Amino acid sequence: MRSFLIEEIKLIGVLALQGNFQSHLEILNKIGKTSKEIKFSKELDEVEGLIIPGGESTTIFNLLNREKNFVSEIKSFADSFPILGTCAGLILMSQLKNDKIVKSLDIIDALIERNAYGRQINSFSASIQLKNNLFQERLIRGSFIRAPKIISYGESTEPFAFFQNEVVGVKSGKHFGITFHPEIFKETFIHEICFN
Amino acid sequence: MSNKDTFREKVALAEMLKGGVIMDVTNVEQAKIAEESGAVSVMALERIPSDIRADGGVARMSNPQMIKEIQENVSIPVMAKCRIGHFAEAQVLEALEVDFIDESEVLTIADEEAHILKHPFKVPFVCGARNLGEALRRIDEGAAMIRTKGEAGSGNIVEAVRHMNMINKQIIELTDKNLDEKSSEFRVPVELVRYVFQNKKLPVPNFAAGGIATPADASLMMQLGAETVFVGSGIFKSSDPLERAKSIVHAVTHYKNSKEVLNASFHLKDAMKGILMSDLSENEKFSNRGD
Repeated sequence: MRSFLIEEIKLIGVLALQGNFQSHLEILNKIGKTSKEIKFSKELDEVEGLIIPGGESTTIFNLLNREKNFVSEIKSFADSFPILGTCAGLILMSQLKNDKIVKSLDIIDALIERNAYGRQINSFSASIQLKNNLFQERLIRGSFIRAPKIISYGESTEPFAFFQNEVVGVKSGKHFGITFHPEIFKETFIHEICFN
Repeated sequence: MSNKDTFREKVALAEMLKGGVIMDVTNVEQAKIAEESGAVSVMALERIPSDIRADGGVARMSNPQMIKEIQENVSIPVMAKCRIGHFAEAQVLEALEVDFIDESEVLTIADEEAHILKHPFKVPFVCGARNLGEALRRIDEGAAMIRTKGEAGSGNIVEAVRHMNMINKQIIELTDKNLDEKSSEFRVPVELVRYVFQNKKLPVPNFAAGGIATPADASLMMQLGAETVFVGSGIFKSSDPLERAKSIVHAVTHYKNSKEVLNASFHLKDAMKGILMSDLSENEKFSNRGD
């Protein structure tokens, strides 16, 4: 069944302006997907899914805006294809609480607070519960690195990942956004559900 | 309490800084310019290396008030330097909640016998290295990121190139036959040497620092295997800091694409003047500090 599904999306792009995009290319390789780095908007034409990786959201936002149409091209890409955002990626896809620096792409209806756990000494790893009617409930591991928090979300957005009482991952249509890093533990499940 | 259990999170932050530029800044205004230009992090310090070199005297950890002001004014991670072996300066920086501590040869050495034991700290450390043995000793002590020492404040890339090439060469020279021998030569546990042999890379991200002054310098270091670059004096000692900072960021993002490195190199004014290694005595080289 899985091998049949894996063939559905042929090529997945990983936004490669800054951050740990290499780790996501490796995870995609591990689940049998071909992938390519995306550094210019025209490269989106070739792919059928996109990962916006972790890194520094301010930096990635800044670099996206160096190319005139990059932001609008990603927004129209999102109308047809799934996007997975981790940490900085989720920040860029959602709305931001009281943030003057980064303006989000508004792809997921959720309100995010950056660095909500504090600075690096407050970074941690934990077990995260995944729950959704699309798959069997399970636990995966993830790291929260200067991580954001999901403060609230709209009706079109469903929570699917939980750490203690907090929502740490949401799904909005075909898009997924998470505040943590499963790729640090080489966890592949979220990549599989997003692109299958 | 040992914080070996937080090593994963320390390295994870270093992972998030990949493909970026970390810039030395001495005040809030420069920090904001760095952030605007696309820097992935700033290193807050009172004097940039070329001024430390020119001024002489003892170079210490920066004034915490200055670091705090920078922390309050940018959203990217803020790093700060402590002297080699000066664990009390590191404790102060940890209490200040800087995101990374650079145990740096650019400051005056505090302990000539030993570096800081970094595992007990919750904040991650970056340390300079000239060769594989030095890199692995620092990692064994708990460093979560390695950078070339290069020659800070020189505007001359030659030492950074030497150190990066040396580490790469020594990695290739490891074989399943010489791991024990290398472990005693490097004075580190054999498991660490075996990891490098098996993975053909360090167990933590390897960045470049020391002498990077132009977009092409940044591209060169990335092509030699650096995963991010530190730029110290090169930006705020140039005649056009914002443009130069943006250009170096662009050259790192597109380091394999020579057309883009070319684009980044247009319209720049003068780079910092720089120093020839032959004009520095061995005593004057920062990179000779610490082993």
